[in-house]
Amino acid sequence: MSKKHALVMIAGLVLLPAPAFAMHISEGILPAPWAGLWFAVSIPFVFWGLRQVKARALLDAKSKALVALVGSAVFIISCMPVPVPTAGTCSHPCGTGLAAILIGPGPTFVVTSVALLLQALFLAHGGLTTLGADIVSMGVVGGLAGYGVFRVLCGVKVSPVLAAFAAGVLSDWATYATTSFQLASALHGSGSLWAMFVAILVAFIPTQLPLGIFEGFLAAGAYRFIRSRRPELLEPLAVRVHEQGAEA
Amino acid sequence: MRNVIAACTVVVLLAAVAWLGLSRMQSAWHGVDEAVVEKFAREAGRPPREPFINTDQGDLLLFVFLLAGTAGGFVGGYYFRELFSRKA
Repeated sequence: MSKKHALVMIAGLVLLPAPAFAMHISEGILPAPWAGLWFAVSIPFVFWGLRQVKARALLDAKSKALVALVGSAVFIISCMPVPVPTAGTCSHPCGTGLAAILIGPGPTFVVTSVALLLQALFLAHGGLTTLGADIVSMGVVGGLAGYGVFRVLCGVKVSPVLAAFAAGVLSDWATYATTSFQLASALHGSGSLWAMFVAILVAFIPTQLPLGIFEGFLAAGAYRFIRSRRPELLEPLAVRVHEQGAEA
Repeated sequence: MRNVIAACTVVVLLAAVAWLGLSRMQSAWHGVDEAVVEKFAREAGRPPREPFINTDQGDLLLFVFLLAGTAGGFVGGYYFRELFSRKA
């Protein structure tokens, strides 16, 4: 990718953001006990992520720049509306699967928290009371799913680019499955939790099925670009070792 | 000259696709929050309430999204250059 292409890509990212709402659970939807529970679940992950960011910065000063770049990408990607013609609706990719394979799951929790906090504060996007639930679905589950899928596939000698594609797809779907579970568990009332979970999940499918595949291409393209231009940036996560194994 | 013709062709093709797509589809292009999350929340008696800082008023939301996109794009571009510049 030439410098000109990269500049066009960045300009596109700057121009594209516009109001879009998707996996973010809006203010007031979750009852207080459920909102509190998801905050409690998210806090240890975010603190662990902060410790990882600090520890890695001591070993390699460049890691902060990569975390900042990935953080800005997650922020922009997760408020970028993508029209899905098959469903006639709009939704956004999450970017956390890609983030996790580039900077690791810990820093992904941190950048996702910052992105979601800014969106909740200033963009009427998500909510402050539902921030914990949104961090868990997009940052924790999306990040861990993307990272786990990538490592497992690289471990069984799948091409890293294909593994990045699968990580992007499955992290997106895992995020929306978690949102479905969060909504169903808080709102099912006297009805069946399982039935409501399936109903919400099925309602997401027409939009998220194609969007997840789009996110897979996004993750694979970005991973391939970094591997070809600055493979040493991937060293801290030791993915190159797996790559060599996969390509052998 | 070839670049200009190629750029014009892309613009015309994009405009044609957008015109055909938008004029034939009856969709409102709602976000899935409205189509899915808020729908189920309303049915369960937990409709969303206004954000604490409600920037969703008129064109204000477009303005803050533009600011956010510009700030995010600047940060992304700055660190992209630091990490991926050929001189790095």
